[in-house]
Amino acid sequence: MSEYAQPQVLVSTKWVEEHKGDANVRIVEVDVDTKAYEEGHLPGAIAWSWQTQLSDTVQRDILPKAGFERLLGSSGIDTETTVVLYGDNNNWFAAWAFWQLKIYGHGDVRLMNGGRKKWIEEARELTRDVPRPAPKTYRAKDPDLSIRSFLPEVQKAVAGRAVELVDVRSPQEFTGEILAPPGLPETCQRGGHIPGAKSITWSKACNEDGTFKSRDELARLYQEAGITGSKPVIAYCRIGERSSHSWFVLKYLLGFKDVRNYDGSWTEWGNLVGAPVEKP
Amino acid sequence: MKPEEYSRRQQEVGRWKINIISFKLGDRYYCTVDNVEPGAWLARAEGATRAKAEMTAIEKATARLSRTRVMG
Repeated sequence: MSEYAQPQVLVSTKWVEEHKGDANVRIVEVDVDTKAYEEGHLPGAIAWSWQTQLSDTVQRDILPKAGFERLLGSSGIDTETTVVLYGDNNNWFAAWAFWQLKIYGHGDVRLMNGGRKKWIEEARELTRDVPRPAPKTYRAKDPDLSIRSFLPEVQKAVAGRAVELVDVRSPQEFTGEILAPPGLPETCQRGGHIPGAKSITWSKACNEDGTFKSRDELARLYQEAGITGSKPVIAYCRIGERSSHSWFVLKYLLGFKDVRNYDGSWTEWGNLVGAPVEKP
Repeated sequence: MKPEEYSRRQQEVGRWKINIISFKLGDRYYCTVDNVEPGAWLARAEGATRAKAEMTAIEKATARLSRTRVMG
C-alpha cells in the first residue's frame, strides 16, 4: 500500500494519546457545536469555535491576519508549536482550521485521523478540565492565497474549463433536490451545482470510523471521476468546511500540486444573480 | 474519565436517515444525532439514562429535519 504524499500531517489517536503531554504540542478541538467540548474533550485540548473564533464575525471571511495572530498567541501557540487539530462533524471544521493555518504559513499542523468520533469510540480518556496555556507572541506570514479560490477565479474556471471543479456535497445537494444538508439552514436561493463540477462526496474519502481511506483507494476514487491532478483543482461545498476536508485529501494525502478551497462555495454561487447553474 | 457503553445506530426520520451516537460519561448519558448524508451534526442532549438522552436528541433532530425544503 502506498504511503500518503505527506504522511506527517496525519496522526493517529494512539499518537495523540502518547504525545498529548509534549511541551511543544498543542491540541485543539475545533467544533461547530462547542457544547461537544464542554461535554468532555481530550486531556490538554483547548477549544476553537469555527463560528466565532475562526471566522471574521463581521464580514464573511477567514480571520484577518491580526485576529489570527491573537487567536494563536492566546492559545499558547507560536510558530514552532506542533498544532494537532481534531473535532466534531468528522473533522470538517478541524480541516477548515488546518487550511487556515496553512494560509497563514504555520509549519507543523496535523489532523488527528478519525477526529472526536474515533477517540470516543475507542473509549479513550476525556476530561472537562480547561487548560489555560501561557500566552505567546505569534507572527503569521502573509496569507498564501494559492490554496484559496475566490469567485472571479471560479467564474474564469467555469468559462475556460482549465480547472477541475470538485463538488463534495451530497448527491441530493449536487442535483438540486435540496438546498442544504437535511436539517440545516438553506442560505441559498437556487439548487444545483457549478457547471462542469464533478460530484465526489467528501465522505467517500473516509472509512466507517472516520479515518481516511488508503492512498490507493483515494487515488482510484478521484481518478474514476477524472480528477488526476494534471490540472489545478478547486473543491467546494456549501460553506467551505467539507471542501477543506477534501482539499486536505487532495493536497496532502494524494499530493496534487495545485488544489484550492473555494470557501464561498454554494452559499455564494447559489445566490448570485445570473450565475449559471447546472442540474443533471 | 472514559466513555462507556458506546452505541451507534441508524434510524429513519421521515425520508431522512440519522446516526444516533450515545455513550455514558461519568454518571450521565450523552447523545449526538447527525444526518447520515452528508454527516452534519443536528442535535445533542444528555440525560440520566440512555433512553432519555436519545429521546431528547432525536426530538430536536426531528424538528430540524422537518424544516428541510425539498425542491419539486
